[in-house]
Amino acid sequence: MRALWILPGCAMLLAVTSAHAEIAAHERKSGAEFMSPQTQAMQADDASNPGMLAVLDGEAAWNEKAGAANKACADCHGAAEQSMKGVSARYPAFNAATSQPIDVAGQVNQCRTGRQQAQPLRAESRELLALTTYIGLQSRGMSVAPPDDERLTPFRERGKALFNQRLGQLNFSCAHCHEDNWGRKLGSAPIPQAHANAYPIYRLEWQDVGSLQRRLRNCMSGVRAAPYSYGSIEFIELELFLAERARGMAVETPGVRP
Amino acid sequence: MPFEVVGDAIPASLTAEKGDPARGRAIVVDRQKGLCLLCHSGPFPEQRFQGDIAPSLEGAGSRWSEGQLRLRLVDATRLNPDTSMPSYYKIDGLNRVAPAFRGKPILDAAQIEDVMAYLATLRDGPGAQEKP
Ligand code: HEC
Ligand code: HEC
Ligand code: HEC
Repeated sequence: MRALWILPGCAMLLAVTSAHAEIAAHERKSGAEFMSPQTQAMQADDASNPGMLAVLDGEAAWNEKAGAANKACADCHGAAEQSMKGVSARYPAFNAATSQPIDVAGQVNQCRTGRQQAQPLRAESRELLALTTYIGLQSRGMSVAPPDDERLTPFRERGKALFNQRLGQLNFSCAHCHEDNWGRKLGSAPIPQAHANAYPIYRLEWQDVGSLQRRLRNCMSGVRAAPYSYGSIEFIELELFLAERARGMAVETPGVRP
Repeated sequence: MPFEVVGDAIPASLTAEKGDPARGRAIVVDRQKGLCLLCHSGPFPEQRFQGDIAPSLEGAGSRWSEGQLRLRLVDATRLNPDTSMPSYYKIDGLNRVAPAFRGKPILDAAQIEDVMAYLATLRDGPGAQEKP
């Protein structure tokens, strides 16, 4: 497709990143606030929250010996209620071994392979989601509190750039929807502010528990973009930026979403 | 298909054949093809879900000339670099397009002309009085 541009001084078309309306602290709302009262009630009551089934599976997996080391998570970490309290609220964190940031799922797999000498758990597998949901529950009600670690800064900055970059055939950035148009309706769906304080979630549309990365892959496919791979550095960078954006909000894991 | 932008419009049709408003309306309400109602509302009483990100399409044909509507569809970022409206007839300068959609515009030239022909028929609503 060749365009004969006649309009002067208008060559700036490509991948425009521009100022989006960043959400002020007092305007921040959890995704739960955009849901129907029925879905809110389902999340609030542990007896009806389907994510609690993953928590129970996670507790069982926590205590199960695995790998050549024949050790359970509990053998090293003891009671998750103490040792895992606040972990999900501050992750992703900087991992000295790899000199890269790592999220909770990545850390679980690092212990699987390094400490238990077992096979890593597949992204979105039942067991990995069970463990990350169980670990996430131990931070429920705590404030999202990303660490003040300057080694994370360049990664978080790249996450911010990814958030503001246009993507896919529909050529939208995350910010177009989640900063410029939150609260409005995209067809039938209310657009939330994209806070990642409830993950892993049980999503009614999936009929299943899923990770933040699965949610982000859905958003990317929605604009007809090729999603980043599970565990990719781009996703960890986005997670770092989303955590900073949600600093101080309460962890809701396991969230329920439509 | 080459096209020529003059001021804020593409005055010449992208195709030899004239667009068909009935086909254009069907594209506008189609959630996979036009996607317009993700963001816009308009005179579509049969459509339950309409977006509210963008102005209503009602009266678009009174507010804009055919050439202006054509450029708006082809590449709305030429009119407003920050717009969230997709560029329906652009394949350059896009980022990480999924394989199934790579190298293809959202709408082809004939579909652009159909949608444009339909929008030109929307002559009521706000702004209808502004033009003689
Ligand atoms: C076209 C608009 C659009 C774009 C672009 C978009 N999203 Fe979303 N996003 C949505 C909608 C709509 C939902 C809620 C869907 C639902 O509840 O069914 C959502 C949900 C989310 C959530 C979950 C929030 C919660 O409370 O659980 C996160 C996080 C998120 N998006 C992040 C992103 C990121 C990061 C990007 C860019 C890679 C992105 N989104 C791109 C529309 C968009
Ligand atoms: C053999 C002992 C051992 C086993 C078994 C083990 N871990 Fe670990 N884990 C550690 C050590 C040591 C650390 C400190 C960080 C590091 O260097 O890996 C750690 C760190 C962690 C962290 C990060 C905690 C923080 O405060 O940053 C998480 C989460 C974690 N482990 C989860 C698990 C899970 C889930 C399992 C079971 C699948 C498991 N671990 C099995 C030894 C173990
Ligand atoms: C993702 C959101 C989005 C989609 C999808 C979209 N638009 Fe738009 N459209 C906008 C926005 C936002 C504006 C407001 C002006 C601007 O930002 O450039 C607009 C403006 C317009 C206007 C000018 C409105 C006026 O009268 O002032 C027309 C006409 C229009 N769009 C037609 C369409 C048609 C036809 C489609 C489908 C083929 C479509 N749009 C799809 C977001 C969208």
